Amino acid sequence: MSAIPLSHVLILASILFTIGFAGVIVRKNTLFILMSLEVMLNAVGVAFIGAGSVWQQADGQVMFILVLTLAAAEVAVGLALLIQMQKRFKSLDIDLLSKLKG
Amino acid sequence: MNIATDGLIMGLNALQLMFYFAAILAIVASVKVVTGKNTVHALLYLVVSLLAVAVCFYLMGAPFAAGLEVIVYAGAILVLFVFAIMMFGLGQDETLNSPVSRGFTLSNISLWMGPSLIALLLLVELIFAIDNAAIQEKLTANVIHAKQVGILLYGPYLLAVEIASFLLLAGLIAGYHLAKPDGASVANQNETGEPL
Repeated sequence: MSAIPLSHVLILASILFTIGFAGVIVRKNTLFILMSLEVMLNAVGVAFIGAGSVWQQADGQVMFILVLTLAAAEVAVGLALLIQMQKRFKSLDIDLLSKLKG
Repeated sequence: MNIATDGLIMGLNALQLMFYFAAILAIVASVKVVTGKNTVHALLYLVVSLLAVAVCFYLMGAPFAAGLEVIVYAGAILVLFVFAIMMFGLGQDETLNSPVSRGFTLSNISLWMGPSLIALLLLVELIFAIDNAAIQEKLTANVIHAKQVGILLYGPYLLAVEIASFLLLAGLIAGYHLAKPDGASVANQNETGEPL
């Protein structure tokens, strides 16, 4: 049994997730949206590690490693898309992307 | 007041208190990431936030995950961000938002003071955790070793590892294709003889 109660770990994870979610919703700069996504994925990792440490199972860390690879792939594709966006619009404002419709 | 805080410290144990401290640092740094104006400064706070979460992992008895967090998140992914920001060439945007740096003013200090202060607090906390025998005893009692993780990763979760490797391959190809300069695709079209 871990020394830190699971509920407190989950509270930390949900606070971090909410901060990241607010960043994704509120910010207009696409680079900040990607950073907020990183914060959200990190919060998911906190929840997995906390659950794994409470039940003394290594599954939590395995899931954390999978989340880590997901974050790496997501950032690679996202930043490449941002480079394209910077090339075309000369700006990182996400509102410019609404021109894509139709 | 003093007696009350002493009682609180006795009631909660030192390990728990250190976890809450690192958690508060992580939350503060994350808020600074989301509310930041300058991209590079927000990135600095993101590194500090990831380091704080790594300390949390260490205190939760997952030192392997803490190491991975520092190496992959704070090392690799953040370096990717820094290189991308360099490629954007945001020169004008950055100077618009950043304060004027003349001399040794207060606003000039506060730019790097925040992240370095939080990082220093994390370092002090980590040294305290490593140095304190009681905390070490409690940590080693419920640590999950990397060996267990490895056995599980290449046993029941083998298929998930394969899928993750496909995901990374897809990320590699997409990153190469999307970040390719425009000139490269034009040259290819010329070689294949397609009309431009």
